[in-house]
Amino acid sequence: MTDFDAIIIGGGHNGLVCAGYLAKAGKKVLVLEARSVPGGCAATNEFVPGFKVSNCAQWLYQLSPAIIKDFKLKSHGLSFAAENLATIALDASENHLRISGDSLEGAGISSEDHENFRVFRRKMRKYAKLMQSAYEARPPKLVEHDWRDKFTMAKLGLGMKGLGKDDMSDLMRLILINIFDVMNETFASEQLRAALALDAVIGTPMGPRSPNTVFTYLHRFFGETQGFTGVSQVAGGLGALGDALSQSVTALGVEVRCNQSVTSINKTHDKATGVTLASGENLSASMIVSSADPVTTFRTLLGYSNVETGFARRIEHIRTKSGTAKIHLALTALPNFKGLDEAALKQRLIIAPTMNDIERAFNALKYDECSDHPALDISIPTLNDPSLAPPGQHVLSAIVQYAPHSPKAGWDSLRETFLDRVIGEIERYAPGISDLVCGKELLTPSDLEADFGMTGGNWHHGELTMDQVLMTRPAHGATQYRTPINGLYLCGAGSHPGGGLMGLAGKNAAQEIIRLGDAA
Amino acid sequence: MNTYDAIVIGAGHNGLTNAAYLAKAGLKVAVLERNPYIGGATVSRELHEGWYYSNCSYVCSLLRPEIARDLELPRHGLQVVPFGGGATFMRNGDHLGSYFDHDRFYREIARHSKRDANAYDRYTADVTKQTRLIRPFLMRTPPDPTSLRPRELLELANFAKAFLNMGEEGLADTIAFWTKSVADYLNEYFETDVLKAHLGGSGIIGTALGVYSPGTAYVLLHHYMGDVDGNVGAWGFARGGMGAVAESISKAFRSYGGEIICDANVDEIIVKGSKVRGVALKNGDEYLAPIVVSNLDPKRTFLDIMNEKDLPSSVIKKASNFKIRGSSGKLNIALDGLPVFHGMDPKSPLMAGDLHFTDSLERQERAYDDWKNETWSKDPYLDMMIPSLTDPTMAPPGKHMMSVFVQYAPPKINGEDWTAEDKAGFEKTVIDQISNYSPNFRDLILHCETRTPKDIESEVGLTEGNIFQGELTFDQLLFNRPFPGYAQYRGPVTGMYMCGSGTHPGGGVMSAPGANAAREILRDLNKPNTVPGGYADD
Repeated sequence: MTDFDAIIIGGGHNGLVCAGYLAKAGKKVLVLEARSVPGGCAATNEFVPGFKVSNCAQWLYQLSPAIIKDFKLKSHGLSFAAENLATIALDASENHLRISGDSLEGAGISSEDHENFRVFRRKMRKYAKLMQSAYEARPPKLVEHDWRDKFTMAKLGLGMKGLGKDDMSDLMRLILINIFDVMNETFASEQLRAALALDAVIGTPMGPRSPNTVFTYLHRFFGETQGFTGVSQVAGGLGALGDALSQSVTALGVEVRCNQSVTSINKTHDKATGVTLASGENLSASMIVSSADPVTTFRTLLGYSNVETGFARRIEHIRTKSGTAKIHLALTALPNFKGLDEAALKQRLIIAPTMNDIERAFNALKYDECSDHPALDISIPTLNDPSLAPPGQHVLSAIVQYAPHSPKAGWDSLRETFLDRVIGEIERYAPGISDLVCGKELLTPSDLEADFGMTGGNWHHGELTMDQVLMTRPAHGATQYRTPINGLYLCGAGSHPGGGLMGLAGKNAAQEIIRLGDAA
Repeated sequence: MNTYDAIVIGAGHNGLTNAAYLAKAGLKVAVLERNPYIGGATVSRELHEGWYYSNCSYVCSLLRPEIARDLELPRHGLQVVPFGGGATFMRNGDHLGSYFDHDRFYREIARHSKRDANAYDRYTADVTKQTRLIRPFLMRTPPDPTSLRPRELLELANFAKAFLNMGEEGLADTIAFWTKSVADYLNEYFETDVLKAHLGGSGIIGTALGVYSPGTAYVLLHHYMGDVDGNVGAWGFARGGMGAVAESISKAFRSYGGEIICDANVDEIIVKGSKVRGVALKNGDEYLAPIVVSNLDPKRTFLDIMNEKDLPSSVIKKASNFKIRGSSGKLNIALDGLPVFHGMDPKSPLMAGDLHFTDSLERQERAYDDWKNETWSKDPYLDMMIPSLTDPTMAPPGKHMMSVFVQYAPPKINGEDWTAEDKAGFEKTVIDQISNYSPNFRDLILHCETRTPKDIESEVGLTEGNIFQGELTFDQLLFNRPFPGYAQYRGPVTGMYMCGSGTHPGGGVMSAPGANAAREILRDLNKPNTVPGGYADD
């Protein structure tokens, strides 16, 4: 007899979602979370006394509405402080560009570009819709396929044909190339190009000129099929999403234990049998589902000596580079951004003047250096949700593109300089902001790795490049949520369809595990 | 009267190959060439007395053996001499030699890293797998995946089958190989910087991408899929320079009754009633034919010598967006003697091969950053050879000819045309880099021809001086080359065809695009096919 039917390693959103669906199917499930709170990257932290911030993911823009509904997250405390925010691309001469859904305002956008933007988004929606049929299902195997895979592929094939000749051939042209060329051939406004290009590279170790960035753009754009036309802000910070999920699955009978760090996955012969905790405790289960990233799962928890060499090599070569850091500022008052009123400051603000600026910022990352002028994705969450700071005071949180995981000089000597550099960048648009700073925090990729257990600090548990998505995610031998070890499954962002607060990896994995039933 | 069955614009190797197969089928064919000499970028020129420069393309491997055999090119004077060797010089005075002999190369790599020496065999086997996958498709017309015509569907199934035959695991490797960066690919096998740099160069040659850019592993494949006399992956010199390739094809063409007209600068392709009628030259002459084949790159074809009114607007847009970025330059140097390189015996067999001076991927990537900043690389990646060591006909006795391919050089400097000063600076950068490794090199220079992308464009007619007539990125390969819907060599106007490197399977002195286009033309004419099928070896 085992202690549990299933042990889920990691109480991030995917782990919790997977646990919830398994519990609904009647399994006795235990979730083990290393951190003190559930939610993983959906987290809130008090980084300065009185000042709280979503300290990993910043926005919600992809979460599956099916998951919100299935787990009644709204009745478990999930509420939005702001939904579908506009993106405002800051301009040094105050000629800001506001992007909201299909509409553009300001920045002297030509009428052609207004029309181009509508056409572009219509096309992207068609492609995202096609992606949806792939993302909401197990990724098909192309050769060793069964009828389910054939069904998915037929659906995809028909979906491709359904795009029409022009859009289909355009998709095949676009899917592997870079956002830089696509922006140049589509729009005249550099400000607009750069704003969209930032969406393509944020959270990735790629620049606008890197091939593959149209795919990463689409990955983000996929959120539109889930009902998000802009980013949304969760009341109480993203930790509230983790709490809501945790409460909901607990109500379904799942046991969620925090402060329980798994040190190894145990197996006999070729079957996973349980886990060992840092405390030395052993727990057994008939299946182990890991929402940790694949490299952590196989290298650290299972050990490469327990898998075949070729497979170990594939896992070891999964690219998990990150170029994304976060900074959090506690502010004594609302900063004054030139040319923006308070209503505008509630939106998503980005600093990425031109595509070449982003590209130059990216150049530094290639050599493990910090960008001189990083691109920024800024939120002032306290405007939509005053509960995050003492009255009248504010928090500014920004995603910083790009900062390396391990700079040659080491983060210890760079941390202060880089923080000041980022504040300096913001200062150009918000003069006087540095005088308002009463507390600050920089989370480098290596900090994010240490805190959230993501190898390389990569949001997606593995880069979203063509050889690491769909039927090859995370690597041959571990696709379709199964692994070479019987009873060991993957359900995290490292699996199809990848990262972002989406929940589909956890959901798809649960479905696959339930379908396999006793055959597992 | 200047009336023909078919007119081919441009006497590059693909234009000549196309013309040869059309003539072989009995058509009356004329090839019109703008320059006073034939060959396009496949040319040997005596720009300094006694020295013959292969002043554009400089080495031969991709030329399809079935074409060489079928057109009897050796009988028409083509002799390809394989070369061995090659080395990458390191800043610490050492070098990595690339020996043709397997065991010797193993020992050489092991000198730098035992682990890498062992990994090299695995690497070669894996690359060979991809080579085997692609080679059978070089002489086939890519299908249109959006079409529902049985012929296209059948060919698509053919493509799919070849891929699926790789197996689930092989397919994962294939997807990875075709999409990842050459740096990521090499990092999976090797740990030594110099070995990675030595191999990685093939991933960027002629390409406006860096070694860290996804997609460059495929460019590497493009340099591995050729052969010399069946020796896959080997490269050779055409005796007498690359012009010998064009010369021999032109002789085959003439032997079938074809006519080549030089100094014939085409102004426009004449279209009447949505059908091609012929071409008009800049001097007003007209040549009439119901079939006109353009060997020019897609931009020049559609935006330059065709009238906007004759084309669908979508084609104008596709041609405008076609990526054909200049990224390379070249120096051709006449030398008074053989330069001596630090740490290398002048008699070493390595001297006969490709020599490089960039000993890490990072240096190669930084060279690309300069290109992105619209200037030539300050520490460029050089592919340098001394062909006269292998082929003494290239220079007078005791003297040498050196060919230096330079990556990267942009088509414009900071948005402005190249000035004489820029060109001198570019030349100096290259010569300085070589001089750092060869003390006597500078004093041996008798004549140096420096070619910027701008020069290549104005002389050969390649837009921006792009050697592949369009980048080898995925949006421009197979059924996307040159652009979706037009990958079957047929233009948007009846009777108009494309046969240049801008079509499948792309650049390099391969002749496959020319031959494939001829096959499609003959099919449309209901003439028996004269183009040989795939090579039995593949």
